[in-house]
Amino acid sequence: MDLSMTAVELGKKIRNKEISVVEATTAYLDSLEAKDKDINAFVTIDREGALARAEEVQKMIDDGTLTGPLAGVPVAIKDNMCINGMLTTCSSKILSNFVPTFTATAVEKLEAAGAVIVGKTNMDEFAMGSTTETSYYGETKNPWDLARVPGGSSGGSAAAVAAEEVPYALGSDTGGSIRQPAGFCGVTGIKPTYGRVSRYGLIAYGSSLDQIGPLAKDVTDCATILEAICGKDDKDSTSVKEAGDDFTSALVDDVKGMKIGIPKDYLGEGLDPEVKDAVLAAAKALEAKGAIVEEFDLSLVEYAIPAYYIIASAEASSNLERFDGVKYGYRTEEYTDLHNMYKKTRSEGFGPEVKRRIMLGSFVLSSGYYDAYYMKALRTKALIKGAFDKAFEKYDVILGPVAPTTALKMGESLSDPIKMYLGDIYTVSVNLAGLPGISLPCGQDSNGLPIGLQLLGKHFDEKSIIRAAYAFEQTREYQRPAFAVEREA
Amino acid sequence: MSKAYETVIGLEVHVELATRTKIFCGCSTAFGGAPNTHTCPVCTGMPGSLPVLNKEVVNKAIAVGLATNCTITQNCKFDRKNYFYPDNPQNYQISQLYYPICRNGKVEIEVDGKKKWIGIHEIHMEEDAGKLVHDPYTDSSLVDYNRSGVPLIEIVSEPDMRSAEEVIAYLDKLRMTIQYLGASDCKLNEGSMRADVNLSIREVGAEEFGTRTEMKNLNSFKAIARAIENERERQIDLLESGEKVIQETRRWDDAKEYSYAMRSKEDAQDYRYFPDPDLVPILISDAWLDEIRAKQPEFREEKKARYQEEYGLPEYDADILTGTKKLADIFEETVALGANPKKVSNWLMVETMRLLKEHEMDAEDITFSAENLAKLIKLVDSQAINSSVAKEVFEIIFDKDIDPDKYVEEKGLKTVNDEGALRATIEKVIADNPQSVEDYRNGKEKAIGFLVGQTMKAMKGKANPGMVNQILKELL
Repeated sequence: MDLSMTAVELGKKIRNKEISVVEATTAYLDSLEAKDKDINAFVTIDREGALARAEEVQKMIDDGTLTGPLAGVPVAIKDNMCINGMLTTCSSKILSNFVPTFTATAVEKLEAAGAVIVGKTNMDEFAMGSTTETSYYGETKNPWDLARVPGGSSGGSAAAVAAEEVPYALGSDTGGSIRQPAGFCGVTGIKPTYGRVSRYGLIAYGSSLDQIGPLAKDVTDCATILEAICGKDDKDSTSVKEAGDDFTSALVDDVKGMKIGIPKDYLGEGLDPEVKDAVLAAAKALEAKGAIVEEFDLSLVEYAIPAYYIIASAEASSNLERFDGVKYGYRTEEYTDLHNMYKKTRSEGFGPEVKRRIMLGSFVLSSGYYDAYYMKALRTKALIKGAFDKAFEKYDVILGPVAPTTALKMGESLSDPIKMYLGDIYTVSVNLAGLPGISLPCGQDSNGLPIGLQLLGKHFDEKSIIRAAYAFEQTREYQRPAFAVEREA
Repeated sequence: MSKAYETVIGLEVHVELATRTKIFCGCSTAFGGAPNTHTCPVCTGMPGSLPVLNKEVVNKAIAVGLATNCTITQNCKFDRKNYFYPDNPQNYQISQLYYPICRNGKVEIEVDGKKKWIGIHEIHMEEDAGKLVHDPYTDSSLVDYNRSGVPLIEIVSEPDMRSAEEVIAYLDKLRMTIQYLGASDCKLNEGSMRADVNLSIREVGAEEFGTRTEMKNLNSFKAIARAIENERERQIDLLESGEKVIQETRRWDDAKEYSYAMRSKEDAQDYRYFPDPDLVPILISDAWLDEIRAKQPEFREEKKARYQEEYGLPEYDADILTGTKKLADIFEETVALGANPKKVSNWLMVETMRLLKEHEMDAEDITFSAENLAKLIKLVDSQAINSSVAKEVFEIIFDKDIDPDKYVEEKGLKTVNDEGALRATIEKVIADNPQSVEDYRNGKEKAIGFLVGQTMKAMKGKANPGMVNQILKELL
């Protein structure tokens, strides 16, 4: 079976009875079990469950219960989304034995669309990181170069798609965690508008910033998946019902008259020249199709990273308090009393990056510092949102790079967390402003590594960025990493 | 003791709201289920679960706020209070710090005929914690999350009270108001109302407040009064002996009538409050407020006035009947069934109160129905039973809520109105008690009482006392 198919192509073949669900599931399971020894994109592989489910889904397709585009298509879920009965670790030791009793709404919706879950993907511990190196279960490798990181925190999901271990995956994006790994791995990912997809069942990192979204090979897949998982959920008060959720209707190759702005602030110091050239070339390609492209000053860009790390860490410090060894998850072997149990469990259960952010977050919320840090960060967040609102009065879409560089070498950023944080410069402000963003490949650097293009839209206007991305995608072929091509044989 | 001291008291009162489901999930709030049976991923703090606000909690909090003359915060929010303890499954409590739902209220109390306003600083909504149970056999603690997520309001008063009497009057006023609203049953012994007492003393005439302590674990009005007296004395003793009062939280042991320090201000935790990002701000429109305002019930003062005016009850009666929502409800229901208001009032104020006291019960614990009380009154009115039989029957109604018509019929308790039978009995009594007859005839009026008693005894209490008197006098 051709594993380079997109999810939608595979779904079509399944509906046309060219491929059975079991056949497709088996092919991907065989592929991923073999490849994952090198990639380590998965924390859990559920062969037995997936095959049983495949048979069930096949019946429902045969009897006409399931007719949608994703029916029978295998999928991998980032390991921070709860699935009833399946180990869910957040790539942390502290949840190394945690089996949820309920399923995340987004995953439930995929299941209702006929998805076959093959396993849970690796990530930075509790989604804190941009490299998938902070996982307790070992780092995930970039299929384009096994000595490089796949990006993060949804590095497992991005690498699994690029390595053709699975046709598509769900990820989550708090500060770029879908878009940046998609960029590093040469796949497409959408971070929806905050509130578009229910967060119920997503183990929270920064609750006011987290969104679940798709990672797949192309824009069509992403629009189709997003259509399946979006919607207001009574179990998540921050989810909303908003029009404009017929995303696949935006899959048209037409950007005539579309106004696209490029923030000059996104092209300055720190941006790799090869990345810059590829991004500007993409803008030219859209211009050639009739879009009106111009550069403008977005402003406040330098405040995005500090504001983001204060808000996300503050929320994380509180969100992660529940991991205490009392109710579930890891508990230290020996302890003298309650306080000692808490201390030892959390010291042993969390990795260094998580501890760093818990400390940072606890500090900015502590009495005497709350106004100076947390409140100031919230005001900055509002100003950044204002700057975007102003830009969107003029533009339909904002275009720029996803990250300042292509995929980094393993270990490079672990030693220098500040450097890793600075790599989030183009992605975090989107979460602060709650906007939708899409990341898709727009070329390769001289090392043959993929370069990511980012398109940002107004609140709940995913359709404009899908349309622009789709139009750009028509100008180039999907590039497969050599790893996937070689392993095919 | 040379100086005169004034006690300054402020209260933090927690009230469990009587909603059917919890504040952030659909689990039942019912008291007393088997451990961890009223729980779900939300109220046990499972990873990935999210809180969704129960609107009924907001309705009840607003109703209490309006009844206590508060300003309602029309754009209010929830905050997280972070602290580690196993009864708190998330290790943060969802509460309100920055924008509590009600502010700047006041209620009027009366002590020894003097009226006084007590200010309410704020009322905020929050979730209750679970319960820890220590198992001595395994020397471990177990957690029951049934109570986790039960809605609470915390009513924080201004430091406006100056005596235990004022504190009790204030608590009574709050309890009454909240019960009248149906927002809670406010039972101190079951924990649906809990009060922490902040107390300091200062010399009479001083402007500055003294250092205060906070007293916890007060489970009855009596315990509160005792703890206040005790703490006042303790602080005076400290000052008189040249020591300082330390700002601390103390725990009251009512059995030993003694309190001990739990933690001092230095140990106070930094709760790192911040707005809960999982919950959206609550926007309370004018229309929403109007809707709740329109549904506010008749409160005690209004009821009291109406009872006097509409039913012609004395103020004394009206005061006692409106003293608890339960008594007022039974009174009104019984009157609605056609019973004479003053008679209903008498049954409630005399017999009911006596039985409550005898059984150490509160009015809220009353189980008898208005129907059966109304039937009983009708039986007396129609002279079908006499008053002493009625009292006996009422005790059974109070106990088991039986139907008095059936009961009287079955037990044959109807008054004997058969004059012939009565006359025969009385003739026999007169014949058997010549001394009493002699006494009466010699002008000892009281002697007739003995003869009436003998007749009632012979008739097994079922005689019509009016007829007995009449016939006796006639025969004598």
